[in-house]
Amino acid sequence: MAYTLNVNGKAVSADVDGDTPLLWVLRDTLGFVGTKYGCGVAACGACTVHVDGEPMRSCQIPVESVGKAKVSTIEGMAAHPVGKKVQAAWMELDVAQCGYCQAGQIMSATALLAKTPKPTDAQIDEAMNGNLCRCATYVRIRAAIKRASGQKEA
Amino acid sequence: MTYHDLNANRREILTSVGAGGLTLAFSMASKAEAQDGGLKPLNAYVRLAPDGKVTIQAKNPEVGQGVRTMLPMLIAEELDVAWEDVVIETAPNDPKTYGRQFAGGSMATPMHWEELRRVGAVARAMLIQAAATAWNCGPGDCTTAPGEVIHTPSGKKRTYGSLALACASVTPPDPKSLTLKDPKAYRIIGKPKAQYDVAKIVTGQPLFGIDVRRPGMLYATYEKAPVFAAKVASADLEAAKSVKGVRKAFVVDGDPNAFAPGPGQIGQGLMPGVAVVADSWWAARKGRDKLNTKWADHPTSKQSSKLFAEQAKTLAAGKAQRTPRNDGDVDAALKASAKTVEAAYFYPFLSHANLEPQNCTAEYKDGKLEIWAPTQNPEPGRQLVAKTLGMKPEDITVHMVRGGGGFGRRLANDYMVEAAWIAREAGAPVKLLWTREDDMAHDHYRPAGFHFFRGGVDAAGNVTAWHDHFVSFGEGTGFSPSAGMGPTEFPARFVQNCRLEVSTMPLGVPTGPLRAPGSNALAFVMQSFIDELAHAANADPLAFQIKLLGDKDVVGEAPAAYAAGRMRGVLKAVGEMSGWANRGKLPKGEGMGVACYYSHLGYFAEVAHVACSPDGAVKVKKVWVAADVGSQIINPMGAMNQVQGSVIDGLSAALHQQITIDGGRAEQSNFTDYPLMRISEAPQVEVQFLKTNFPPTGLGEPALPPVIPALTNAIFAATGKRVRSLPVTPDMLKA
Repeated sequence: MAYTLNVNGKAVSADVDGDTPLLWVLRDTLGFVGTKYGCGVAACGACTVHVDGEPMRSCQIPVESVGKAKVSTIEGMAAHPVGKKVQAAWMELDVAQCGYCQAGQIMSATALLAKTPKPTDAQIDEAMNGNLCRCATYVRIRAAIKRASGQKEA
Repeated sequence: MTYHDLNANRREILTSVGAGGLTLAFSMASKAEAQDGGLKPLNAYVRLAPDGKVTIQAKNPEVGQGVRTMLPMLIAEELDVAWEDVVIETAPNDPKTYGRQFAGGSMATPMHWEELRRVGAVARAMLIQAAATAWNCGPGDCTTAPGEVIHTPSGKKRTYGSLALACASVTPPDPKSLTLKDPKAYRIIGKPKAQYDVAKIVTGQPLFGIDVRRPGMLYATYEKAPVFAAKVASADLEAAKSVKGVRKAFVVDGDPNAFAPGPGQIGQGLMPGVAVVADSWWAARKGRDKLNTKWADHPTSKQSSKLFAEQAKTLAAGKAQRTPRNDGDVDAALKASAKTVEAAYFYPFLSHANLEPQNCTAEYKDGKLEIWAPTQNPEPGRQLVAKTLGMKPEDITVHMVRGGGGFGRRLANDYMVEAAWIAREAGAPVKLLWTREDDMAHDHYRPAGFHFFRGGVDAAGNVTAWHDHFVSFGEGTGFSPSAGMGPTEFPARFVQNCRLEVSTMPLGVPTGPLRAPGSNALAFVMQSFIDELAHAANADPLAFQIKLLGDKDVVGEAPAAYAAGRMRGVLKAVGEMSGWANRGKLPKGEGMGVACYYSHLGYFAEVAHVACSPDGAVKVKKVWVAADVGSQIINPMGAMNQVQGSVIDGLSAALHQQITIDGGRAEQSNFTDYPLMRISEAPQVEVQFLKTNFPPTGLGEPALPPVIPALTNAIFAATGKRVRSLPVTPDMLKA
């Protein structure tokens, strides 16, 4: 059936089965391919999006449960006051290697800084622990979050 | 050349660069020319636009190693353009023009350091000649500044863009006749540059194989047998087709034994399976869930990790099948040693676990195939598809697309062959995407291995005897892919009495190169056992390593030369960086370990500092790396990232990962039972590059191998417990 979703502030419609995970609706039906598939079981964080501002694993959200919630994806972060700072820090420090996990990393980091503008190392670890980076760019992820929050980088 | 013998033929690669690489680079790339839209190609790599923008072709696949940025930097430097004016495009897969195009062996730097700088220098010389002709002067009266030719006597200037057309009538000079820049004058090389695609990455633009879309594209999933290469006995295709959105479901017989790289080895042919093709990938997956596939029995379905371990013990107790090295008299030397040590080591199978699961998009139309593949090895993929589908290679085009991690997995092209086969059968463009579970169950794993050591030291702390009986996988005299060890494996040649023996057992599990193949396992066992001997000799492990390396600068001859002087240099440096001399002051439960390893032409020494708690948990507090990869770090931004990532990657494998085989199949299926290190565990990694007078070499791999023994040697220093089997588990270390 057709579902109307609010993605990055715009109403979009998708004619899919209700049990289809939001991840696949975003990627294959709506063309927001910045959100990535990594594991399908909420173990890697590559598919992280914001649902009403909260970081969520879109591979675990059936589209029928989204309702009127506001969904934000990496494609919407340039218009997000915190997201754009995070993106800038990620670019300045050249965090990525392959880059595949980085959309999810940026979504989690943005959600963290939106609530906790000056996170401690422990808060960074806690907020980012669900996002795997196979290239292991963790040293730079930490530094970029510090930079985006205006704190001294370790 | 297939990916299987990539390592074996490294010498050949190096030779071929010297011999013929340059001439190839200057033939015109017909495709680039046809698509140039008015821009003028100076050669196969460089096009100039009237506005001064310079388009440079990135010849090799990008999988996160930064090569798409680094190789064009070499051209841009000698061409003398501002980096901001450079536009990078992915080159077509065209080895006739570009030479071999692959991502492997950390070879991009050594293969291209000289060649691509000369490509840039030739383009610059042509621009100078064009300007000199226009000014009616000799080229010696001209020089360049970024993006412009300057007439030195008068100060007149012409932009590169304005000279682009005139260059068409200039004959390219012999690249070898040109003098390259003095490194002191570098404006781009040695300066930190962010990856060219960084903006696309952080804004989520389509970039990866999984992001490819074609008009009318369908989505496919492909179910294969858990026991490698088993055939389909039955599958309920009708049930799959009853799912909404499913267009086709069909059995692929496959021919897994085709194109084997060696006798008794697993082939590169198409694996049997069931394809489900649908309007969306989710529908294809739901269709697949209904297949209820039954698999035929397979001869390897009784193999297991447990049986391999038992077999290895039995083989080690008997006479070795082969003795690749036997220097001096090991048995006599052991008898005469002040102290002897015996130890058995093990490392497990590993999966590559690229975060982007294997995928490929293929479109078959009018007898021709077009393929978009996140491959590390496009041309062998094209040839394999041609052989498998019975097509001519010239009817197949492979586009290189960014891969979400490589680590050696994408040197194999199994997903490419599957996508091509399914697309032809489906009669529509198809994107094949493996599930994470498919990816972990159908890897070409880092092979497990067993080493049975005996060693001796004298009263003065010299290694007097070294004996390793390596039990690995293979048949006849061949090793399974990436399961070998050479006769010069360190410390061979540095110990007078040295015997290396090998026995192998057959394996039904596909294996292949994982980042720093061979070395990622051998470093652990060799450097751990050296540490054991150091402790037996009651010596400082770092001083013991330096002593073992002797006083010669180089031991052996190319291509197996070992620059002992370079290794001593990094060992001394890492000792200073880490405060090694003060390690005795660390609190109880903490310790430092050192290890060094030479691989992929790079010399690395690393120190790990760990804290171990009574419950067996290990925290890596910090790692120091001293690296010698020659005279020049081309892109310090990328170089640092590669080294830090390699170190954490190695720790991740050593502390968390193993693939176990039972019933002929891999038991792990996802990141829940095959974990990667997370940010909360990741240590700081301090890196120092020693600049030495050697040609620059690559950084995708060589930082990884030594961190594993640095970790386990540190655990010994902290706890007195010797880790001889990976991964490290809390059970091993409980107080």
